[in-house]
Amino acid sequence: MRRQLPFILVFAFGLFMIFQYFVPHESSERAYEFLLDWTTIIGIFALAVGIWSLVSVTIEKIKLRKPAWQYSFFTLAGLFLMILFGFTAKVDGHWGFHFYTSEGLQNPMFRSFFDYILTPIQATMFSMLAFFIASAAYRAFRARNVLATLLLIAALIMMMRFNPFLGPVGPLFEKTANWLLNVPSLAANRAIIIGIGLGMVATALKVILGIERGYMGK
Amino acid sequence: MKRSTYIVMAVMALLFAVSWYFKAATYHGNVMSPLVAGFMITLAAFLTLAIISFVYQDNPFYKFAEHLFVGISAAFWMCQSFWSTIVGNLIPRISTGLSKYFGQPYRDEPWNFVYWLPVILGILLLLRLSSKIGWVSRWALAFIVGTTAGLSFIRYLRSDFMEQISSTMVPLLAAGNSGESLLSNITLSATGPFVAMLTNWVIFLGVICGIVYFFFSKEHTGLFGRASRVGIWILMITFGAAFGYTVMGRITLLVGRLTFLYKDWLGLIS
Repeated sequence: MRRQLPFILVFAFGLFMIFQYFVPHESSERAYEFLLDWTTIIGIFALAVGIWSLVSVTIEKIKLRKPAWQYSFFTLAGLFLMILFGFTAKVDGHWGFHFYTSEGLQNPMFRSFFDYILTPIQATMFSMLAFFIASAAYRAFRARNVLATLLLIAALIMMMRFNPFLGPVGPLFEKTANWLLNVPSLAANRAIIIGIGLGMVATALKVILGIERGYMGK
Repeated sequence: MKRSTYIVMAVMALLFAVSWYFKAATYHGNVMSPLVAGFMITLAAFLTLAIISFVYQDNPFYKFAEHLFVGISAAFWMCQSFWSTIVGNLIPRISTGLSKYFGQPYRDEPWNFVYWLPVILGILLLLRLSSKIGWVSRWALAFIVGTTAGLSFIRYLRSDFMEQISSTMVPLLAAGNSGESLLSNITLSATGPFVAMLTNWVIFLGVICGIVYFFFSKEHTGLFGRASRVGIWILMITFGAAFGYTVMGRITLLVGRLTFLYKDWLGLIS
C-alpha cells in the first residue's frame, strides 16, 4: 500500500496523459484540462509545505546558533511582514487584516516591498553575473586553440552588435550577429534540443514504467 | 564581529538616516507618504549597494540583503498564489458559501465537484509534515509526477524531437524565396537563392554534425570524427554567441541599477 499505490498512480495518470493526446474527443480534452488544473492546485499546497519548511529550518538555525544565525531573523521578519501586507487591506474605509479580499495585493506596502526590495535585489544579483562572467571570460577566452578562438570571435561579434558607438561598421556587426543567431546557432541549438527531447522522453518513460523511483524518497 | 565592522555599520546607519531625511524632504509624489517613500527609496539604494558589495567579498550587508530576499520572495509568491489560484480559481468552483465569503462570483459549471479531489490530494501533501503519516503525501506526489511525466512524454516527443527534425529537412538545392533560378542567377544577395541554399546547408550539416558530436556510443574517428569536429565548431560558435548575448543582457540590468542609483536616489542625472 505505502509503496505500490504511488507506482500504480504514476503509471495510470502517466499513461492517461499519453493516450488522451491520441483521442481528440471533447471529454478527453476536458479531462486533460482538469488534470492540468489539479496539478496547479496541488502545487499551491506544495508551496505551503515549502514555506513551512523554510520557517522550521530558519528557526532551527537560530536555536542551534549555526553560522550566520543572526541573519535568519531578517528572513523571518521579511516573510511575516510580506504576508501581513498581503492580507491587509482597506475595506469600507478601514484598514484591517482580511482573508476574504484580494485587495491585499494592492496594498501600497505590499507593492512597495516588491518594487523597492524584491526587484532591486533580484535585478542587482543578475547584473552582478556580468562581473563574474567577465572574470570567467578572461580565463576561457584566451585564443589558445581553434575552439577557443571561435568562441571568442562569436562572443565579440555579439557584444559589438549592441555597441551604439560603432558608427558605419555598426550595421555590419548587426548583420553578422543576426546571421550567427539565425544560422549556426539555430543548427547547434536544434542538435541540443533534439538530444534534450530524447532524454526527456526516455526519463518520462522510465518514471511511468516505475524504473526511475527517486521521487519516492527513502 | 570585529570593531571595524561595528564602525562601518554605524557609518552606514548614519548615511541611511541622512539619505532618508533628504529623500523624504524632496519627495513630491502622492502614492505614499514622504516619510515612507524616502525610507523605501533609500532602502532600495542600500540593498542595491549591499548586493554589489559582494564583488569585493562576502560581507554582513550582502548577507542581510540575501536573507531578507529569501523571506520576502517566499511570502510574495505565497500571497500571489493564494489570491490568484486558490481564491481566484478554486474556491469559485467548489463552494457557494466560500465564494460568497471571499467575494467571488460562483461559477456554476458541470463537473465542478471534481475540483475537490486536488484539495484532498493537497491536504494529503501537507501531511508530509507529519512524521507518522508522512508517507500518505506520496499519493499526491505520485499524481503530479505521473501527470507531468505523461505530459512531458508527448510534449518533448513532438516539439523537441519530431518538429525539430522536420524543420531541419530543408531543400538543399532549390531556388530562394524570390523564386529565382539558382543556376541562372548566382548572387551573394542576402535574399538571393545562393545564400538561401548556403544557409540551408549550414543548418542541415550543423544539426547532423552537432548530433554526431553528442553520440558517444561510437569512437570519434575517421569520417565520424571529422563530422564530430565540425559539430564542436558549430557548438563553440553558438556558445560564444550565447555568452555575448548573456553578457550584454546583464550589462543592461547593471545600467538599469546604476540609473536608479544616480537618477532616483542621488538625483545626479535628469
